[in-house]
Amino acid sequence: MKRAFPILAILTAILLAYGLYQALWVAPTEKTMGDVQRIFYYHVPSAWTAGVLFFANFLASIAYLVWRNTKADALAVASAEVGVVFCTIVLVTGPIWARPVWGIWWTWDLRLTLTLVLWLIYVSYLLLRRFSTSGQTPVIAAVLAIFGTLDIPLVYFSIWFFRTQHPQPVIGGGGSIDPRMLHAFFINLVAFTCFGILVCWLRFRLEVRRREFEETQALESLLEPRSVS
Amino acid sequence: MSYLYAAYIVTWLIHLGYIGTLVQRYSRLRREMQELEREP
Amino acid sequence: MTAGTLLTRVTLLKDLRLEWRSKDAINSMLFFALLVVVIFSFSFDPTAEESRRIAGGLIWVAFLFAAVVALNQTWARELRNQVLDAYRVSPAPANSLFLAKALGNFIFVAVLEALMTPLFIVFYNLRAVGPAYQLVAVALLGTWALVVNGTFFAAISLRTRSREIMLPLLLFPISIPALLAMVEATSSILTGEFSAKFWIVLLVAYDVVFTMASLFLFELVLNAE
Repeated sequence: MKRAFPILAILTAILLAYGLYQALWVAPTEKTMGDVQRIFYYHVPSAWTAGVLFFANFLASIAYLVWRNTKADALAVASAEVGVVFCTIVLVTGPIWARPVWGIWWTWDLRLTLTLVLWLIYVSYLLLRRFSTSGQTPVIAAVLAIFGTLDIPLVYFSIWFFRTQHPQPVIGGGGSIDPRMLHAFFINLVAFTCFGILVCWLRFRLEVRRREFEETQALESLLEPRSVS
Repeated sequence: MSYLYAAYIVTWLIHLGYIGTLVQRYSRLRREMQELEREP
Repeated sequence: MTAGTLLTRVTLLKDLRLEWRSKDAINSMLFFALLVVVIFSFSFDPTAEESRRIAGGLIWVAFLFAAVVALNQTWARELRNQVLDAYRVSPAPANSLFLAKALGNFIFVAVLEALMTPLFIVFYNLRAVGPAYQLVAVALLGTWALVVNGTFFAAISLRTRSREIMLPLLLFPISIPALLAMVEATSSILTGEFSAKFWIVLLVAYDVVFTMASLFLFELVLNAE
């Protein structure tokens, strides 16, 4: 397991660099939007990675509730945090893309609004973890994660129908897909997924070490002979 | 287009920023572990 | 009668009786909702046509904020008197307690809505162009959506710092589909422009999903020390 980490790190670095090269130089310029369209190669893979991480959080939360494995809980925290980071990037690059193309910073279109709601749900999850004074925070947080995940299809359908009733410009819609564009897109997709897994792994290891340390600390303070001062 | 570079730069700034906080937390943990070793 | 339904009935009646005597929650909710309405009236000065379009949003925001007032005090009495510990050791299922609290909150908020609705009609000169009877369905389903999740998250917030702010922080993001449905359904019915059927179906789905989730998971939250 220990060997895998540096290998993945190097692989990710190579993929990211190659992906950047593909996105900026190899992929052809888009017909209608121009070079700004290249943001697409970062915007969409980030959204995909955030989705993967949030799904990991869902699975880890269920695993924790069923088996009460502390590593599962550590994974839940890690994947939620890193997922929020990627989600933030989607929410920032989206408007940067929309502004030159549509002339507006924000539009309550399906994908961007869904991402915003996802961001809100998982930030509230992280806030609960931070503000909880219970000894059973992992249980409560896992329950919240399940509620949040159950909500997602409902959010999708509600915004979808809202948008069909009140149509508005869509960010990142349409356009022809040149095979070279697709190639650049997939390279970046894989690269960012690996990057997401890498950072999540880092965060996970930090969490596990931190908990082990706190356990050791607690034990030491219990076993320590106290001198009368 | 400057918007394009802005997007790419912001992306990496956010990523590096987050990894920076991780590094900070790791070093704090290592420091605390060393203090615990030193105590008795 | 099983221990479960007995517990639900007894707890619900107790809460209603206590509330009837003090009228604490209902008074603060009513006043709060009224304040929200008045402040909104200063911000918007709509014509009759416009008011039908925006009233949906205004009404549900006012009810949402007022509902949070009620939800925040859901478990306060139980917490103060260590009653929650007694419930934990009682043989009745935890769900009964949850149902009692949720139904109690539902009744409080429904009473609030019944009292505030004439006020809204007067302030904004509202008249439903679409089928008005559907508004009752929207009100019932929407209120339950807010109350079921609100009661559940109020229990989650019990063991947190800043308990009162934690509840809306957790409730609002997850309630977004329900809120969107309530607002859009109300606006659709008032303006008569669209059919509210999809939104009503969505509210039913939302209510079913989260009622089941709350009943299924409440025991875990109740027992989390």
